[in-house]
Amino acid sequence: MSENSDRSPLPNPLPQAGEGAAVSPACDALKKTRIATCSLAGCFGCHMSFLDIDERLFGLIELVEFDRSPLTDIKHCGPCDIGLVEGGVCNAENVHVLKEFRKNCKVLVAIGACAINGGVPAMRNNIDLWDCFQEVYCYEGGLECGQIPNDPELPLPFDKVHPIYEVVKVDYFLPGCPPSGDAIWNFLTDLLSGREPKLDYEMLHFD
Amino acid sequence: MQQFEFSDISRILTPILARHGGDASRLLQVLLEVQDVCHFIPSKAIDLIAAHFGVPRVNVEGVVGFYSFLSTHPVGEYRLLFSGNITDQMLGKDELMQYLCNKLWVEPGKVSEDGLVSIASTSCTGMCDQGPAALINGWPLTKLDHNRLDLIAELIRSRKPVADWPAMLFEVADNIHRGDVLLGQPSEPGAAIRATLARGAKETLAEVDKSNLRGRGGAGFKTASKWSFCHAAIAEEEGGIICDVGGHPERFIVCNADEGEPGTFKDRVLLNSYADLVFEGMTVGARVVGASKGFLYLRGEYRYLLQQLEAVLKRRREAGLLGENILGQTDFSFDIEIHLGAGAYICGEESALIESLEGKRGRPRNRPPFPVTYGYKGRPTVVDNVETFACAAKIAEKGGAWFAAIGTAQSTGTKLISVSGDVARPGIYEYPFGVTVSQILDDCGAEGRSYAVQVSGPSGTTISWKEFERKIAFEDLPTAGALMVFRRKRDLFQAAQNFADFFAHESCGFCTPCRVGTELQKKIMSKIASGYGTASDLEELKRLGHILKTMSHCGLGSSAANPVLDILEKFPDMVESKLKAFAFKPAFDLDGALATARTITGRDDDWAHL
Amino acid sequence: MSKTITIDGLAVPFQEGQTIMDAALVSGVYIPHLCHNPEFKPHGSCKLCTVNVNGRNVASCTMPAVEGQQVLSDIAELNADRLALTQMLFVEGNHLCPACEKTGNCQLQAVAYYLGMMSPHYNHFYPQREADASHPDVMLDRNRCIYCELCVRASREVDGKNVFGLSGRGIKTLLVVNSASGLLGDTDLAVTDKAAHVCPTGAILIKRHGYAVPIGQRVFDHITIKEVQTGGSDE
Repeated sequence: MSENSDRSPLPNPLPQAGEGAAVSPACDALKKTRIATCSLAGCFGCHMSFLDIDERLFGLIELVEFDRSPLTDIKHCGPCDIGLVEGGVCNAENVHVLKEFRKNCKVLVAIGACAINGGVPAMRNNIDLWDCFQEVYCYEGGLECGQIPNDPELPLPFDKVHPIYEVVKVDYFLPGCPPSGDAIWNFLTDLLSGREPKLDYEMLHFD
Repeated sequence: MQQFEFSDISRILTPILARHGGDASRLLQVLLEVQDVCHFIPSKAIDLIAAHFGVPRVNVEGVVGFYSFLSTHPVGEYRLLFSGNITDQMLGKDELMQYLCNKLWVEPGKVSEDGLVSIASTSCTGMCDQGPAALINGWPLTKLDHNRLDLIAELIRSRKPVADWPAMLFEVADNIHRGDVLLGQPSEPGAAIRATLARGAKETLAEVDKSNLRGRGGAGFKTASKWSFCHAAIAEEEGGIICDVGGHPERFIVCNADEGEPGTFKDRVLLNSYADLVFEGMTVGARVVGASKGFLYLRGEYRYLLQQLEAVLKRRREAGLLGENILGQTDFSFDIEIHLGAGAYICGEESALIESLEGKRGRPRNRPPFPVTYGYKGRPTVVDNVETFACAAKIAEKGGAWFAAIGTAQSTGTKLISVSGDVARPGIYEYPFGVTVSQILDDCGAEGRSYAVQVSGPSGTTISWKEFERKIAFEDLPTAGALMVFRRKRDLFQAAQNFADFFAHESCGFCTPCRVGTELQKKIMSKIASGYGTASDLEELKRLGHILKTMSHCGLGSSAANPVLDILEKFPDMVESKLKAFAFKPAFDLDGALATARTITGRDDDWAHL
Repeated sequence: MSKTITIDGLAVPFQEGQTIMDAALVSGVYIPHLCHNPEFKPHGSCKLCTVNVNGRNVASCTMPAVEGQQVLSDIAELNADRLALTQMLFVEGNHLCPACEKTGNCQLQAVAYYLGMMSPHYNHFYPQREADASHPDVMLDRNRCIYCELCVRASREVDGKNVFGLSGRGIKTLLVVNSASGLLGDTDLAVTDKAAHVCPTGAILIKRHGYAVPIGQRVFDHITIKEVQTGGSDE
């Protein structure tokens, strides 16, 4: 599928002018590509898989810097080159975070099954929201007084869980539950060097 | 909800099943009667019917689930179905339906708590020239207005049987405003059969060939070719060639009266006032191809015509024009049976119609083989439109050359046009082929300046005012007979959306592109209508249109995008004016999707909204 | 001398009575398909196998091969349309691969991989569909049904039982079973029936066999559906 046999660890200077939504060229070789990541209705498994690129992280960190991400603990996303979003959209807070990412990231990537089709959280889509709440809060193992919480700080859930592309425009998809570290590495290196990202057959999977 | 004990159901079913006999092709007819009595098909009835016909239960359940007029859950004792065509909508159907719902305390699409009444929409009932229309327990109601609905609500509340309702509610007019050779020149019953017998079958086929008669259902296949293929066909099945009678397979003549294309109602008029001509044509066809059995497949919406059509058949049998030894000819026996449809547009497609005739789900078959070689019960079968048979009778009587002299070279004869929408005189107009749209608009008193015309229903073509000089003819604007007129300022997008909904509702669900594609199309049109449409939605509609056109199993799917693509191409402003933004918009109403959770938690704070 | 058709420029021999798909499969030419299975009567519902014959699109699994047909199959436009159909199948049901025992061995998934599906693209329907665990040995999960009717055909043609059928219409089409309760456990389906083993997706699964094959050794982990179904190799 892919013809990147002569791929070096990472090209330098970084992004070339790519086609479509690829990363816009960096002004100079010293400027690092800025990446933000987050997990919405996900399990952080995609983030764990990201860490699975192991020692290649050291190479990567020479080329990129992280904005909002569980790795940095920055709370809000600023202007970035690439946003990696794990997880689907299951509540109002997810929408705020997702819209912030879309606004600030030149390239938005849906990473993992949940961001792409709702994933395991979407299994609740077959269950009435009333039933969900009652099961959780009113019946077994619920709150002591069996109340449904109504604190404004708690994000309000949607009727159904949705993939992120049903809420904002998404530029690239990286499927997998999670995508393997190699798949993430290949995808990022393609993107950073201005190539249209492509996955080999064995790297493309939905589970 | 009505409860039925097993003994009740058995008591109800016994006479029905006895009357219909044991041939499983009667399945749909039996189910219609059970639905009538019980207001649904009880599970126990499915068991008994399956056992009676010796078919798997799952097949009976599949048939019940396929047809709109059948249901596995009770509908109201009074079931009101409002005709949902765009012409009904333009005459105020939506408001009227809500008005009646309010009066009877019932939600659209639901059954009232006491089980008395249910009110919903259905696909076009073929009364577009006298709408808004509806069906009450299968009987057509026309020219509905607030006064009539007040009366109807009263009749329902007082539980008056529908048979005792005032006759004026059920009046259906022919509204023939222009007649020509079919409607304007009366024929003596039997004249065409006599001419055929005198001339000979082969020679009559030659006359039909000479007439260049083409199918009136819209596709325009040459009738003589269809008849001669059927006549020549050898039916084969595993184990060899089928020989039913005298070394031949049985052959069948089927009249397609499943006039489901919204905006079309000319077959209704032919069957109401010219049934003899239609049956005459079928009998001529039978003589030509060598069939001894014919079917009239009558759409469920026209069930009110059943009794009078049966009476015509009886009269013709008594006159020696049907049955054994027609007109004393010892080698010519032919009879006609009427089958009712049950609310499925797809059954107008000839192979789906045959499946339905066999008592099955109306799913279009894989072709080849075509019905002319492998049709009803695997036998060679001719399926022609009502109007085609009427033309064939005239041709048999007056000759092919006479017919060929009318119309244009490629489109001979006349065409019945059902005109509705923004016109002063909606109804039936018969013209020689080649008439221009503007001529028709002049004749029917199109209000003000017409803006667009939907030719041949949703599956046909939307033409703009720039195209009114185009001609009704197979070589220009082919049509099954519908002409819906839209005046200036009409919301054509609403029409296209109505048509998109129609196709999604009527898709049989067999193939992926149509089953999912029509639903996606419907959803996108709805998204645009509610003000969430973007430029990328329009691109998506075009892409879907391509898939529907090129990948679908049958004509329903391949034409389902026509009205949407036409409006995008010919009236782009109409669509773009609906777009509130060109940037991305979410696929669903974000704030609306939080409403349930707001109710559950009782919250209404800022964070509970988007 | 046998008759031939041409598929993407390649001469493919066929016997009288074969379809384009039959001829292609015998010659190792892959045309993507889901509802077709050479063991059963052709059906033609998924439309993935649509090819272009002399300028017209037809379903190759039902179209008889005729001498001299010029067939286009592996071309960009058709593959893009096949991808769209596959995406439609994904969004109309609830196909959550990570939670499905069939993953890795699923033909719907494998076709999606073959066609390079990165996302389902269309908005999801998330339909309400029933799962049925009433049968002691066989699980029926309608969330994953694609209406290929392979189980319907297998039960009718091979098992002689009519356990499965379709009801409903259009997008409300529904897989139903032959019992008054509507439950699979009340039908005469046996775990040894052909119908229990032909589902191309995870709608019909044999119980107590879930995730039996480790990741890396599943049918489509390393080889494409093209190689699996034609026995050939992918370039």
